[in-house]
Amino acid sequence: MSHSIHPATEFTPSGQLQLGVFFQGVNSGTVWKAADSGSQTEFESFRRIAQTAERGLFAAFFLGEGLRLREHLGRPHALDVAGRPDAQTALAALAAVTTNVGLVATQNTTYNDPADLAHRLSTLDLLSGGRAAWNIVTTDNAWTGANFRRGGYLDHADRYTHAEAFVETAKRIWDAWDESGAVRRVRHTGKHYSVDVTPRLPRSAQYRPVLFQAGDSPEGRDFAARQADVIFSAHPQLDDALDFRRDIVARTLKAGRGANDVKIMPASEFILAATPQEALEKKAWVRSLQIGPQQAIAYLEQFWGRELQGYDPDGPLPDIDPAVEETSETRGSGFHGAKARQLADQWRAEAKEKGLSIRQFVSARTSRGDSTFTGSYTEVADRLAEYARTGAVDGFNISPWLIPTGLDEIVNHLVPELQERGIYPTEYAGTTLRENLGLAVPVRPAADVTGAESASAAARV
Amino acid sequence: MSTLPLPAASRGRGLLLLELDGAGSHPAASRASRTAPPAAPSADRLRGAVLAAESAGFHAATFADPGLPDYSAPVSAEPAAAPRLNALQRAAFAGPVTRSLALIPEVDTVYTEPFHIATQLASLDYVSGGRAGWLVAASASAADAAAVGREPVHGQRLSREAADSIEVGRRLWDSWEDDAVIRDVATGRYLDVDKLHYADFEGENYSVKGPSIIPRPLQGQLPVLVPAGLLDREALAAGAADALLVSAPTPELLAAEIAETRAALAGIGREPALIAELDVVLDSRGQTAVARLDALNSLAAWQSPRARFVGTAAELTELLAGVLTLADGVRLHPAVLETDLEELSRLVLPELRRRQLLAPVSQDTTLREQLGLSRPASRYAAATAADN
Ligand SMILES: Cc1cc2nc3c(=O)[nH]c(=O)nc-3n(C[C@H](O)[C@H](O)[C@H](O)COP(=O)(O)O)c2cc1C
Repeated sequence: MSHSIHPATEFTPSGQLQLGVFFQGVNSGTVWKAADSGSQTEFESFRRIAQTAERGLFAAFFLGEGLRLREHLGRPHALDVAGRPDAQTALAALAAVTTNVGLVATQNTTYNDPADLAHRLSTLDLLSGGRAAWNIVTTDNAWTGANFRRGGYLDHADRYTHAEAFVETAKRIWDAWDESGAVRRVRHTGKHYSVDVTPRLPRSAQYRPVLFQAGDSPEGRDFAARQADVIFSAHPQLDDALDFRRDIVARTLKAGRGANDVKIMPASEFILAATPQEALEKKAWVRSLQIGPQQAIAYLEQFWGRELQGYDPDGPLPDIDPAVEETSETRGSGFHGAKARQLADQWRAEAKEKGLSIRQFVSARTSRGDSTFTGSYTEVADRLAEYARTGAVDGFNISPWLIPTGLDEIVNHLVPELQERGIYPTEYAGTTLRENLGLAVPVRPAADVTGAESASAAARV
Repeated sequence: MSTLPLPAASRGRGLLLLELDGAGSHPAASRASRTAPPAAPSADRLRGAVLAAESAGFHAATFADPGLPDYSAPVSAEPAAAPRLNALQRAAFAGPVTRSLALIPEVDTVYTEPFHIATQLASLDYVSGGRAGWLVAASASAADAAAVGREPVHGQRLSREAADSIEVGRRLWDSWEDDAVIRDVATGRYLDVDKLHYADFEGENYSVKGPSIIPRPLQGQLPVLVPAGLLDREALAAGAADALLVSAPTPELLAAEIAETRAALAGIGREPALIAELDVVLDSRGQTAVARLDALNSLAAWQSPRARFVGTAAELTELLAGVLTLADGVRLHPAVLETDLEELSRLVLPELRRRQLLAPVSQDTTLREQLGLSRPASRYAAATAADN
């Protein structure tokens, strides 16, 4: 775990995979209609998943964030799972009942204050003995702004400049303590906010929280290449994942970092069974529960901006045109901005060409990486071995489709297969998330990076 | 207001709360502790402290969030620079570790987003099985303001910021009616959208739309504890506070202060519980409390707005027995946590319990139940019912 003085210029696959679990708090990924689907909010569900993940030597337990309830045609969306705890509060509680698994909190840079967020993340890092991570997201819709003091909207162009200044300030705050307990005062005056703070917390066992990034635009990728330790990507298919890896390696080198310095863990869903046939049947069943007839129609309604209740979910896509110019942002920032009419035409053509009904079309669209991780335990393990060999990814962030038992099969059956193939850890490498992900420990800059004076502000403890 | 439940004191049983900040309330506490403080704040120490408080029989623990050190102060200002973990997360960590202890973090209302506060506290209620409360703070500190690039707030505005933040919190906690999650397979509906409500708060400085991002907390509404004097009469009359923390300069003056606070509340139609604040230094292991305090004070001055008790466990028991007939509870601030807590749990709490002066402690009791508060219906449910 030494810090490389000469960053590697060539990417070398580690031949290993890590797993993380993404406890889905919202949307249609979780099949809440299944008989054994449990509570999405009770702490027991979180404890059960986190402890199962730890039994399976998962590197990370992951929570998303959404700071405004999703809406549908002007009202809260009724059909899918909604309502989840604040990520850091839930993770602080989980820190007390777990010992090795990393605790990743998705937190956005637009509706937080850097000094406050850095302090809270340090708290989580210290309470967990160096297992905290921050998944940096940049929620930018006016929609979410309505719940916050700053209100409104942060321009697309400003989003990552804001995020970058935020993250750099947070890093300076985490760098502020040295071993002897002397503290540097951290100041930043920028376009979006200003900070003047003498940090309150020392470094953790892993120095500072590990940084994840989720966001896919070129700006988002460059931001990750400069700042992040791990990318939570949306590219699980092997070819796509390899392209994404090449792209990230190029961007990372351009940013002056080593080719192996940024890990990649795509979002993924596993549907496993003892035999391939069973797994396929299970997949059909899971899909039918994820996207039922009402969800299929509602999904299109969001892009059409109008009610489509009269349409048959098992029939073709609606022939009427969208009522809106631009598609709505109600599903979060990833979805808005497309021209509705154009999108509708494109989808109708695609569905027609492939002979897909509304349900089939929506189901396909909402489950990326669809068949890749469906299969028998051995089949899927073999496929994963290919990812490890090529270094397409460093691991997967799995969204269980059932809460709270959705990791059981993965931990009980898939993990042993992966271990047999020598591509998965047989014990935790260490006690910190940084160690378990094989990340280098940051080196504390000798002076504050902005050159602000430090001596006069030094406080001793 | 005959429908309001009687405050705990009217039933002759009181609550004991313990402030659990770091090594203790005295600024030199960490240097006086028998065990050397770890370089970094440690989870084990926190776990040990909350378990000790629970097994001693305290009803609740509070977690201070003492704001940022003032960088203009001299470098020797040791206590201000001591490592501080976020109070709300410390309380959350304590959630799964404990079974009966209520967990009450102090959370600032001026420089923290009300939406974040409300959802974090609701989450705390979930991870503690309904044992969460909110100790409202309103920071007047220049350092806290500078950290978020804002101007410090003083006087009446502090009061309004606190009241606004509480109002946002309460509306967001009610914004999901209790039975909003219906999981109706037949219609495919996970939620009954008619049972979700916008908070639509419009304040002087901000607005908050809502609804919350988490279903209604287990307690419906978390109990809100507020230092007496922070909120104005209007906010109190609106029911902002479930309990007021009452301070006096000396133990002798506490009784009078409690009576005055009660009198001031008369006629506003609300009876928040009154909780007396007390700093505590006890005789311990052959050392008198006076000698212990002298030794501590020689290391750092202890400036506290609270009454201070310095003496034997028996004397403290008598004092508490008296105060508990007037107030609904007492919050103790031990000078050195591990030392004073040992004496409290060995000598003081058992005697108070023997004399039947303390409300019972039982597993999985909510903080509302401890305070004698019923579980309220969502204000929006009430409004819907009235419309029909
Ligand atoms: C795999 C993945 C997971 C994400 N999870 C969240 C989330 O939990 N909360 C959130 O607000 N945004 C989330 N986002 C959204 C991103 O932060 C970002 O706002 C969005 O991708 C648009 O940024 P871009 O233009 O760089 O892609 C996620 C994005 C990806 C790719």
